[in-house]
Amino acid sequence: MSEHHHKETFVTKYIFSQDHKMISKQFLITGIFMGIIGVFMSMLFRLQIAWPDKSFTIIEAFLGPHQTDGVMSPDIYLALVTIHGTIMVFFVLTAGLSGTFSNLLIPLQIGARDMASGFLNMISYWMFFISSVLMVVSLFVEAGPASAGWTIYPPLSALPQAIPGSGMGMTLWLVSMAIFVASSLIGSLNYIVTIFNLRTKGMKMTRMPLTMWAFFITAIIGVVSFPVLLSAALLLIFDRSFGTSFFLSDIFISGEVLHYQGGSPVLFEHLFWFLGHPEVYIVLLPALGITSEVIATNSRKPIFGYRAMIGSIMAIAFLSTIVWGHHMFISGMNPFLGSVFTFTTLLIAIPSAVKAFNYITTLWKGNLQLNPAMLFSIGLVSTFVTGGLTGLVLGDSALDINVHDTYFVVAHFHLVMGISAIFGMFAGVYHWFPKMYGRMMNKTMGYWHFWITITAAYGVFFPMHFIGLAGLPRRYYTNTNFPLFDDLSDVNVVITLFALLGGLAQLIFLSNFFISIYRGNKATQNPWKSNTLEWTTPVEHIHGNWPGRIPEVHRWAYDYSKVDENGEYIHGEDFVLQTTPLKDGEDPS
Amino acid sequence: MLALFYVFIAVAIGVSFWQITRILNLRSAIATDDDNHTQGKLFLVFMAAFYAMMIYCLIALNVLMLPESASIEGEHEDNLFNITYWLIGVVQFIMQFFIFYFPYKYRGKKENKALFFADSHKLEMIWTIAPSIVLVVLIGYGLWQWNNIMDLSDAEDPLIIEVYGKQFSWDVRYAGEDNALGRGNVNFIKGINTMGVDMTDLSAADDKQVREIHLPKGRKVIFKFRSQDVLHSAYMPHFRAQMNCVPGMVTQFGFTPKFTTEEMRLNEEVIAKNLVINKIRKEKGEDPYEFDFLLLCNKICGSSHYNMQIKIVVEEEETFNKWLAEQPTLAEVIK
Repeated sequence: MSEHHHKETFVTKYIFSQDHKMISKQFLITGIFMGIIGVFMSMLFRLQIAWPDKSFTIIEAFLGPHQTDGVMSPDIYLALVTIHGTIMVFFVLTAGLSGTFSNLLIPLQIGARDMASGFLNMISYWMFFISSVLMVVSLFVEAGPASAGWTIYPPLSALPQAIPGSGMGMTLWLVSMAIFVASSLIGSLNYIVTIFNLRTKGMKMTRMPLTMWAFFITAIIGVVSFPVLLSAALLLIFDRSFGTSFFLSDIFISGEVLHYQGGSPVLFEHLFWFLGHPEVYIVLLPALGITSEVIATNSRKPIFGYRAMIGSIMAIAFLSTIVWGHHMFISGMNPFLGSVFTFTTLLIAIPSAVKAFNYITTLWKGNLQLNPAMLFSIGLVSTFVTGGLTGLVLGDSALDINVHDTYFVVAHFHLVMGISAIFGMFAGVYHWFPKMYGRMMNKTMGYWHFWITITAAYGVFFPMHFIGLAGLPRRYYTNTNFPLFDDLSDVNVVITLFALLGGLAQLIFLSNFFISIYRGNKATQNPWKSNTLEWTTPVEHIHGNWPGRIPEVHRWAYDYSKVDENGEYIHGEDFVLQTTPLKDGEDPS
Repeated sequence: MLALFYVFIAVAIGVSFWQITRILNLRSAIATDDDNHTQGKLFLVFMAAFYAMMIYCLIALNVLMLPESASIEGEHEDNLFNITYWLIGVVQFIMQFFIFYFPYKYRGKKENKALFFADSHKLEMIWTIAPSIVLVVLIGYGLWQWNNIMDLSDAEDPLIIEVYGKQFSWDVRYAGEDNALGRGNVNFIKGINTMGVDMTDLSAADDKQVREIHLPKGRKVIFKFRSQDVLHSAYMPHFRAQMNCVPGMVTQFGFTPKFTTEEMRLNEEVIAKNLVINKIRKEKGEDPYEFDFLLLCNKICGSSHYNMQIKIVVEEEETFNKWLAEQPTLAEVIK
């Protein structure tokens, strides 16, 4: 395809590009930008939680009409919490993570010239861009952005009388999310079709790197569950604007009875969580896929239990679609359903445990190259275990009753899907930066970034479990009305200090990222001595990825440190590219 | 303007790195044996700090946790929680050790070779089956307990109380002599009939609307929850009880109070927790706090969500009966 390397203008190359490598960069930069907003918001509301009555010039500076003398209003507090959740879950960890790495890696790792449809891929990015713009615009609406929590349960999200953010802010939120879902669907379909159809010769499904398996299954979960969120959003738009009663019934507010009859908010909860729970795995699986690749490469060892890993990904994906009810144990649904969802939920612990054990075994007796990407992957395994274990408490309906919607939940899901997924994303950025920009990120800054971030992450979320066990509900503007919780205020101050530290540490990453694009050391073709196909492409990006023919694949992706009976490396080095043919008498692994 | 100032500071910090990287980039961007050595050691240091932090939290923050269950049904819940808590604690301590120790132990060296170890069915069977067995036990106990709490059909002579959530307060109604609540609907809300009780319903006349929840010790209480406007959640942490209040439907939850408020105030864990609380309150110059049971809203419901609470008083059955008898019936109040 290099022969028709037709002339590209600035617009077709950098803006309306159909090249998957450029689109992945667009996703990443947009995701980083949204991430800055999301993390900054969390720093603002952490200030409020730690020092409820104190005046801060930074709050005065950024919250304008929503604060008085540097103290934020209760409404904007809820709005910040809501938008922080929305941005981090959808815009950073779904689009920013999946969008970036699926786009970059799928064609490169399976040996394809580009995505199945470059045009749809471009559309997918631009819909994501529009939805990001709408979400940012909603921050500037007079009554404030959506503030019913990221789960936007009606009636609170349906009635502007109930909370000011449910007016124009909520409308923009819903439109933005509807477009986001469309973008995500188009992207996912493209990923699935590409992986099915465009694998190079010899790239059997069972030879694909685990990153490919993770992205592939993630895309399938996305296609199954995202449309349900779209339908929930559309029905909610109908209830809000056209007087239908899908989710509303028997409401008396601001001195009048509303006309809604016969709907149920519980129905919305079902629809929301039918996406909402798989969404956790849409966020997490790509991070785990990246980790599999990074840990294997940097341990100079094959990933332990390749087939078990694929099996676990599939099991997690299947189970993830039948556990949504564990968010609703006390929603008023039939208690029998609670039993069923407890059972399926705790089953997920098994494939998750298998994955964690397999990562640890991969480290065992390795020759660990502790690059920044490797540190973040090891960090991911740690936070995934810490956060995952408390899932045994929350997934058990009987125990969930008393910790539901407390800070215990906040600590659990931030560790298991928030921190873990963001660590996976960082690992991916450090590892594939040379593939994206042809330069290396700075190692020393990467190390500082990792150690400060993991310290801050545990400093924030480990103690948070205990204030949850003390019964402190989440989403409280202040706890000062409850003397019962007075003893938690010191812990909250410590948490906030760590949160500020963690937020500021990201400046190290941002500088490293943007400076390295221009000034990083030049990358070699295969800097991490990795086996996979993307490292056989030239450092300089070309349309179509490989200058000549697409290489043929002869083995799986994990022939690291393969030795013959004398203990010598079979191919002379501790890695063997997937394109290297088997030697006479070599066992295919 | 001030916002621009903060953005400027952030950018300035970023730009200062521009100069630093000039020097840092003189080194290779790929980990060398020296880096592996340093980072491996840092993993050990971090592990030590992490374990110290976990142990500190487990011991020092223990006093913050909720005191023992004040409901009979909650005893099993505490039991199940303790089992789960210790189990995940032990697993956490073991697994984190390997996660942080291996990077040090197997830190890369030029002369070392990694072990080609791609599969072991035996190992994989072990760590599939071991968690499965543990989970079967946990699920079994959990489901038994869940059934125990949620099945209210066999309660003998329960006390029936309705809790009505609204932005941002709670209304409470007792079922009265006939122990049956009169029908309620938002269409009947008018004047002092704030709970929307249908006064034409015969069971409504003897119902009693009150300002504070009183519960008799030792008698099963069944709460019926309704909401007037948006979702609320009635959370009674000391009783291990919580249920959402949903507009358009009635939800329920039941438990049997085990201690009176007075007895709970003499509970060791409560006393220990209150010591901490009152020390802090004294420093801030606030009145000392005395323990009370609470029902608080635990589902985001609007601006004043953070202040939607009602006191619960648990007392001996006689005192409770006396108190209830003094409350006027709806028929007396709503003419």
